[in-house]
Amino acid sequence: MSLFETFNSIAFVVIMMLGLYTLIARQNLVKKTLGLGLFQTGIFLMYITLGVRDDGVAPILQEGAPLTYTNPLPHVLILTAIVVSLSTMAVALALIIGVREEYGTIEADEIATIDRADAEEGA
Amino acid sequence: MSDPVLLINVLLLLLAIGAALAAMWTRDLLGAVMLMGIYSLLLAIEWANLFAMDVSYTEAAVGAGASTILLLTALTRTGTREKAGPNFHPTALLTVLVTGAVLIYGTSDLPRFGDPLAPATVHVAPEYITQTVGKVGATEATENDFGDHVPNAVTAVLASYRGYDTMFETAVIFTAGVCVIIILRPLAGSARRRTAGSKEDA
Repeated sequence: MSLFETFNSIAFVVIMMLGLYTLIARQNLVKKTLGLGLFQTGIFLMYITLGVRDDGVAPILQEGAPLTYTNPLPHVLILTAIVVSLSTMAVALALIIGVREEYGTIEADEIATIDRADAEEGA
Repeated sequence: MSDPVLLINVLLLLLAIGAALAAMWTRDLLGAVMLMGIYSLLLAIEWANLFAMDVSYTEAAVGAGASTILLLTALTRTGTREKAGPNFHPTALLTVLVTGAVLIYGTSDLPRFGDPLAPATVHVAPEYITQTVGKVGATEATENDFGDHVPNAVTAVLASYRGYDTMFETAVIFTAGVCVIIILRPLAGSARRRTAGSKEDA
C-alpha cells in the first residue's frame, strides 16, 4: 500500500531523469527535443499527482450531491504548460530544420567539428 | 483513494515508462516519435484515471496528435536515422543519478498521495470549487447549488481567475507560429548555402 502511494513521486523522477539522460548523452538534435518533451511530462505528472484527493471526483460541479472534488488548479496550470510545450517544440524543430539546411547534419558533435574547421579556416 | 485507481495508476505509469525507455533507447527516429505518441496516449489515460479530464483531452489532442504530426513533418526534412554511437555516457549517468537522488530525497517531504489535508487541497482548492470570485450574478448560490456558475471548475479558473494567463498563452502560440514562419521561409530560396560554398572553395 505504501509503495502504491509513493509510486507517482518515484515515477515522475524516473521520467524526468530519462529525459535528462537523453538530453546529455545523445547528439541527435531531434532526439534531444524528444528528451526535453519527456522531461516536461515528468513535471506534468508531479503537478497532477499533487491535485489528487481521496475519493475526489473530476472537478465538474454537480448540483445537489455533496461531493469532494480533485483540485482544479494543477489541471489549469498543466493545460497551459502542455500548449506552451507544443509551441517551444515547434520552434525547436524549425530551428533544427534550419541547422540541417545549413550544416547538412543534425548531430551536435558533427556540427561542432564543422564549426571548429570553419574557425581554423578563417584564422 | 480507492484501490482500483491506485492499481491502474501504477500499471499505466509502468507502461508509460516502458514506452519512454524504448523511445529514448532506439536509434530510429521514426520509431522514437511513434513510441512518444504511444507514451502520450498512455499519459492521457493516466490523467483521466487521476480525474484530470481536461488535461486528458489536451494531452490526447496536443501530445499524441499535434506533437507527433509536427515531429513527423520535421523528420521528412532531417532524415530518420540517428548516428550510431555509445549508449553509455558516464557524465550523463552521473548527473542523472545525482539529480535523481536529490529529487527523490525532496519528494519525501511531499504530502501523501490523495492526502485530504495537503496544503494545496486545504488552502486554494475550496475557493476555486465554490467560485466565490468568479461567479456571475446568483448571490445566494451555496456550495452545491452552482446557479449561474460554470459547472466545470477548470474552465472557470482558466477563463475567470487566470484570464490574463490564458490570453497571453494564445500570444505565446501566435509568437511561436510567427517564429516558425520566419525561420523556415528564407530556407526555401537559399537552399544549402554551405554545400554550395564548400564546392566553390574546392
